Amino acid sequence: MMPESRDVRDLYQDMILEHSKRPENFYRLPDANRKAEGFNPLCGDHFTIFLKFDNDTVTDISFEGSGCAISKASASMMTARLKGKSKSEAQQLFAQFQRLVTNQTNKADDETALGKLVVFSGVCEFPVRVKCAILAWHAMMSALDQTSAAVSTE
Amino acid sequence: MSITADRVSTVAAGFDAAMLSKDFPALNQLVHGKPLVYLDNAATSQKPQSVIDAITRFYQEDCSNIHRGVHLLSERATNAYEEARLAVQQFIHAASHAEVIFVRGATEAINLVAQSYGRTQVQPGDAVLVSAMEHHSNIVPWQMLCEEKGAKVRVIPMNDRGELVLEEYEKLLTPETKLVAVAHVSNALGTVNPVRRIIRMAHERGIPVLVDGAQAVPHLQVDVQDLDCDFYVFSGHKMYGPTGIGVLYGKQRLLEAMPPYQGGGDMISSVTFEKTTYNSLPHKFEAGTPDISGVIGLGAAIEYLTRVGLDNVAVHEHDLLVYATEQITRLPGVRVIGTAKEKAAVLSFVLDGIHPHDVGTILDQEGIAVRTGHHCAQPVMQFFGIPATTRASFALYNTETEVDTLMRGIKTVQEMFA
Ligand SMILES: Cc1ncc(COP(=O)(O)O)c(C=O)c1O
Repeated sequence: MMPESRDVRDLYQDMILEHSKRPENFYRLPDANRKAEGFNPLCGDHFTIFLKFDNDTVTDISFEGSGCAISKASASMMTARLKGKSKSEAQQLFAQFQRLVTNQTNKADDETALGKLVVFSGVCEFPVRVKCAILAWHAMMSALDQTSAAVSTE
Repeated sequence: MSITADRVSTVAAGFDAAMLSKDFPALNQLVHGKPLVYLDNAATSQKPQSVIDAITRFYQEDCSNIHRGVHLLSERATNAYEEARLAVQQFIHAASHAEVIFVRGATEAINLVAQSYGRTQVQPGDAVLVSAMEHHSNIVPWQMLCEEKGAKVRVIPMNDRGELVLEEYEKLLTPETKLVAVAHVSNALGTVNPVRRIIRMAHERGIPVLVDGAQAVPHLQVDVQDLDCDFYVFSGHKMYGPTGIGVLYGKQRLLEAMPPYQGGGDMISSVTFEKTTYNSLPHKFEAGTPDISGVIGLGAAIEYLTRVGLDNVAVHEHDLLVYATEQITRLPGVRVIGTAKEKAAVLSFVLDGIHPHDVGTILDQEGIAVRTGHHCAQPVMQFFGIPATTRASFALYNTETEVDTLMRGIKTVQEMFA
């Protein structure tokens, strides 16, 4: 049973709605040296993440594609958060974000590391939407690992 | 029947959807604190108490295997099972009970025809004709067959209202075409296809036709002899019956000539290690212990639908669809997907700038159950250039008040994304 108290506003926080309407870094990065696709066949969400990755640093990152508000806002805020991060920092953020949206945040997690991404904490109350929130992150990880195949959250 | 209210409503005086909804226990609950408004009937309908009781009664009183025991319970179970077959025969107006084969659902029925009829009739270079609005279950089995045989799947196109283009269909009825497989009613668009005409055109060229009636049987009277279809398939769970049971109707002449689909018990009349003689129809296609309780539940669903009256249901759902279509087209930023003249019980739509997934989540929070996604009809989505739709689909127990709740829900969604 779902808790009766869950509120759809916990999911659709203003910042999420804002990013879904006016996403940041929403274009094809012309000088990307890595990219990967994320595809959710069930709902048709489809994003491509573009990375410029030099000297173990995400020097630039962008995305293109279409999907629901959650997946789009997540992609937008992820790109904003990851610019300038190293590969291992990006991987750590991925793991922490995944714990956030699946309600497995542990004591060692530092809330400040996620920054504004904590607006996605409501996602864990909507289990069927977890894959929307995580889609772009999977694609980013796959781009970082330079696997060019499309990734899927199904 | 059309979406403009050009038909006088003839719902029988006693028909009261709100009253009927009380027959369905699952409808009587709160979802996220709101009364459930169940508008996902094209995925599966709710079950009346009489169906649930029939299944329970089988397990509590008659549980035993069929066609095997000489004891009383087996006799009762066998009778109940075969009575349900007669009920299906009457329900679809088949000429003989031997033409009614119990299967798991529409999907298995189509696979049976593809594997048994298809594998013996389709040769390299041949074609199987499907329509542009088919459910995946009426596409993929044909692709698998055609891949194996070196044959082709060809597609009857549709126009942007979601109606099949019969002039193009006629051109595709070539000598290579060995079978036409087409939906009676589209699950994604609600279009009621002119299957009688489609069948006549194919028969003029000696081509048999399979009709996928999964979305038709809960909504309109089906007469397989009047249609003259060669195969007709449907699932019990979309017509107030249990999941896991469905029907393949086939003309006796065709079924007689077809090899069995699966081997096992019940489908044989004698077995030695040298030779097996197959049982007669319909048992030839019912290998193994079937879903006995499912068949009995389906029989109870037919009894329920017959008691309510399919004609009453059709008129009521038509009125609801007309009302819902009028209401939704008054809202700004809404595009209805599927605007065929002839439609049944399905309202598929997209909202400007709002993904159907978000619509579905927010409506759910209001207690409204709709389906969002591609509805297992990805080619339809590709045709309309959209990833998905939101689909409200109606049943006999839905009311105008529930349509009003849906409209308020849509406004809530639009306000949140404004
Ligand atoms: C038109 C149509 N055909 C076939 C099917 C498959 O039915 P089942 O999954 O019960 O086998 C469906 C179910 O959604 C359908 O809508």
